[in-house]
Amino acid sequence: MNHRFTLKSRLLGAAAMAALLAQAVTAHAQDDTIKVGVLHSLSGTMAISETTLKDVMLMLVDEQNKKGGLLGKQLEAVVVDIASDWPLAAEKARELIEVNNVDAVFGCWTSVCRKSVLPVFEELNSLLFYPVQYEGEESQRNVFYTGASPNQQAIPAVDYLMNEEGVERWVLAGTDYVYPQTTNKILEAYLKDKGVAAEDIMINYTPFGHSDWQTIVSDIKNFGSAGKKTAVVSTINGDANVPFYRELGNQGIAAEDIPVVAFSVGEEELAGLDTTPLVGHLSAWNYFMSVDTPENASFIETWHAFIGDAERVTNDPMEAHYIGFNMWAAAVEKAGSTDADAIIDAIVGVEVPNLTGGTAVMLPNHHITKPVLIGEIQADGQYDVVWETEDLVPGDAWSDYLPESAVLEADWTAPINCGNYNTETKTCGGS
Amino acid sequence: MFSLSDTPLWPAAFRAVRMFVLSLLAALLLLAPARAQSVEDLVRQLPEGSFSDRAAVVSQLAATGDARLVSLLEALAAGDLNVVEETGAVVTLSGRGDPLDATDALTGEGVGEVAKASVERIRVNNSLRRAVRAAIGQLTVMSPNRNTRLSAAGAMFQAADPENIPLLDEAIAQEDDDGVRRAMEEARAASMLRTEASADDFAAAVDVIAARGGRASLGILTSALPAASDEARPAIEAGIRAIENRLALLNVAQNVWYGISLGSVLLLAAIGLAITFGVMGVINMAHGEMVMIGAYTTFVVQNVIRVSFPGLFDWSLAIALPAAFLVTGLIGIAIERGIIRWLYGRPLETLLATWGLSLIIQQAVRSIFGASNREVGNPSWMSGSFDFYGIAITWNRFWIVLFALAVFAILLVVMKRTSLGLQMRAVTQNRRMASSMGIRTPWVDALTFGLGSGIAGLAGVALSQIDNVSPNLGQGYIIDSFMVVVFGGVGNLWGTLVGALTLGVVNKFLEPYAGAVLAKIFVLVFIILFIQKRPRGLFALKGRAVEA
Repeated sequence: MNHRFTLKSRLLGAAAMAALLAQAVTAHAQDDTIKVGVLHSLSGTMAISETTLKDVMLMLVDEQNKKGGLLGKQLEAVVVDIASDWPLAAEKARELIEVNNVDAVFGCWTSVCRKSVLPVFEELNSLLFYPVQYEGEESQRNVFYTGASPNQQAIPAVDYLMNEEGVERWVLAGTDYVYPQTTNKILEAYLKDKGVAAEDIMINYTPFGHSDWQTIVSDIKNFGSAGKKTAVVSTINGDANVPFYRELGNQGIAAEDIPVVAFSVGEEELAGLDTTPLVGHLSAWNYFMSVDTPENASFIETWHAFIGDAERVTNDPMEAHYIGFNMWAAAVEKAGSTDADAIIDAIVGVEVPNLTGGTAVMLPNHHITKPVLIGEIQADGQYDVVWETEDLVPGDAWSDYLPESAVLEADWTAPINCGNYNTETKTCGGS
Repeated sequence: MFSLSDTPLWPAAFRAVRMFVLSLLAALLLLAPARAQSVEDLVRQLPEGSFSDRAAVVSQLAATGDARLVSLLEALAAGDLNVVEETGAVVTLSGRGDPLDATDALTGEGVGEVAKASVERIRVNNSLRRAVRAAIGQLTVMSPNRNTRLSAAGAMFQAADPENIPLLDEAIAQEDDDGVRRAMEEARAASMLRTEASADDFAAAVDVIAARGGRASLGILTSALPAASDEARPAIEAGIRAIENRLALLNVAQNVWYGISLGSVLLLAAIGLAITFGVMGVINMAHGEMVMIGAYTTFVVQNVIRVSFPGLFDWSLAIALPAAFLVTGLIGIAIERGIIRWLYGRPLETLLATWGLSLIIQQAVRSIFGASNREVGNPSWMSGSFDFYGIAITWNRFWIVLFALAVFAILLVVMKRTSLGLQMRAVTQNRRMASSMGIRTPWVDALTFGLGSGIAGLAGVALSQIDNVSPNLGQGYIIDSFMVVVFGGVGNLWGTLVGALTLGVVNKFLEPYAGAVLAKIFVLVFIILFIQKRPRGLFALKGRAVEA
């Protein structure tokens, strides 16, 4: 017994030595690479949306390496799985920065993920590129918001419905968490500002993954029978959309009668659905796969070649990662370094092409310029763009329609250097 | 590049000029007498201008009354119309690849092949589709086909327009079918309410609409109210009250139906658990994953059918049922033989082991099928809804209620009338005694667990019709399933039925008042309180042997 024990411990010791050696060797080898962290959920509820973003990051890193890397070094993607678990996301972010020494992190989908990793990025002074449309009301020095803020998605969509469809009565339906709640707060203020009466707005929240939509869809039908043109503004998230749209289709709510405009439904979400009964319902995004530009065609071609499946779709957050990654790469070249402070200084004003034929500029508030597109769902699961903004819309960190944030402004360049600068009191620190 | 609305890079100045010219054109078009332009000219104008310009052209087309336009307009609404850029001809395309065969959209004559790059699709949006729907209504209201006339009258009811009144009068005079005539009169009444007709005409129209009932009528009356004259007002208000009273009554019936429907989904998800947990006492956290595997089996079966036997698609669910039962049943037996039989009598370890197993199964499915939703189609008999005395009942929910009850009945028969059921009950009530009577208890355990899992697989086939088919499908149902079984009474199938339906109905009556989030919380609180009072649930098993 004793003999076996010592043998075992010796073996263990040898294995530990070997492991240490191996680590030292790889650490040495990796000095020549620039590391990029990918912080997405590959399991759990959010895996459905985020796995694709992990793949697109791997593709972008791969493409950059084919072009010769950055600053003469190859790039290396470090992928971690945050398993749809937000405290874990903060730990994994810390691991990426402290253990893996990544120079920038691309990741998160939900707002709660972003909120839980924020303190880590601030404390360790690293960079996060966040690719999803969100509720706004935030600007942090270490975060770059490459998705849409409410003025780049929600407000133009409501304008479209109001002006083109003549909508007078509004259902704001959302999943019960921070993004829909804040967006609906902004939209409610905006609609009232435009003279919509309180009784013409119905707000409804449902739990995550809600699957029994009978009551709500019939409520919407009821609400829509008041003789005024009615529309649904949906901030329903993720999984709950499929049963929602199915119920809409089955209860015979046609888009011509009560259109639904969604902010969280894109090509990827429609992939699990027969879209024939949904033709004409709308989504507002800054990118659609159907946009006909040479940049987009080549992006889709690269994506299909990389993933090895010509059926896979592309969507808006993928474009946001494309823009974010290219901006970061351009800023690294410009600064000649991957140091976080140098990038934060260099990246403001960086201009890269987006996939819809325009350019994205990083603004001092760490948001970017985007076109706003309204698309109608087609029978093939794609969108047909029916309206778009004439010019690029700059992202606004603080909504102009909420009284407490209308006075705030974010500017991360000297001399203000503040995420919530109060333009009235001329101080940093909110209202 | 003729239609420029989708090219973001066009210089703003050019855009402005173009917009100006087009709006001038549109204005000219509106001023010109409609009949002066030939149908062919109007069709050629379709591709140009904004959506609202096109809608104006569509209503002019409808005014020409040319019957050839119906198929053209239908193609327009479906987004199938294309314009050949060089000639400006409006065509529909057929065939695959490049070039495509073009057919003149108006005459239906072939016009030869065109290259894909030389045509542009004429885009439609909701407002244009609405205009097309109204135009088709106007064009087909005199059609010889009864159903066409009926849907035309429906379209004209929805797009009530005073200008339609003479046309409707003519159509009503010719109509000999009572149902269609009523629909036309309703359309005429709806149009009448938009005019400044005499008080008598107005009152008659209000009566027609009020008699029609339903939400659409309520909408029409409500919108007519502000503009109505003082004499007409009381009649409209009375009409609105009458419809609202009827709707309030319907609402209760509708809530009961929604409750039963939700209850049947809960029943389906829980009934397998009622066997593994209720009868065997195994806390099986991987139950939801069996449901999920059942749904994925449906997906695989549908895929095979789509590829190899497209004609059988409407039967895909019937084929998926036995397949799902077998697949999940076998997996269930494997789980029982491989894991659970080592853990009998140790509930905590069973819970942990099956929970770990559920994570493994989820991730395995994610690795095999991918993380995104898989599309499971609804066969035609599962889509749409039918009207039951004013309540819209969707077919998929309707069939699922029937299916849940059928599964319940079959299970009851298996438990009460077959020797396997007898042995199951014997083993669960007194294992040692059953064993001494010569029953192979381990074998019965495995079959019982397999049966419970197989039924979960059946539930998966049904749930694939209303929920996402994704690796997370099962997670959403596991808590609800345990809730139903515990509430109904562990070990009692009838308890599960009553429990599921009660929870469904309570949930649906709370939802309109409390919202979906609070309703769910209230139900949970209610169950906690209930379990405090009656720890064994609604229908507790009585007997000496049930102690654990």
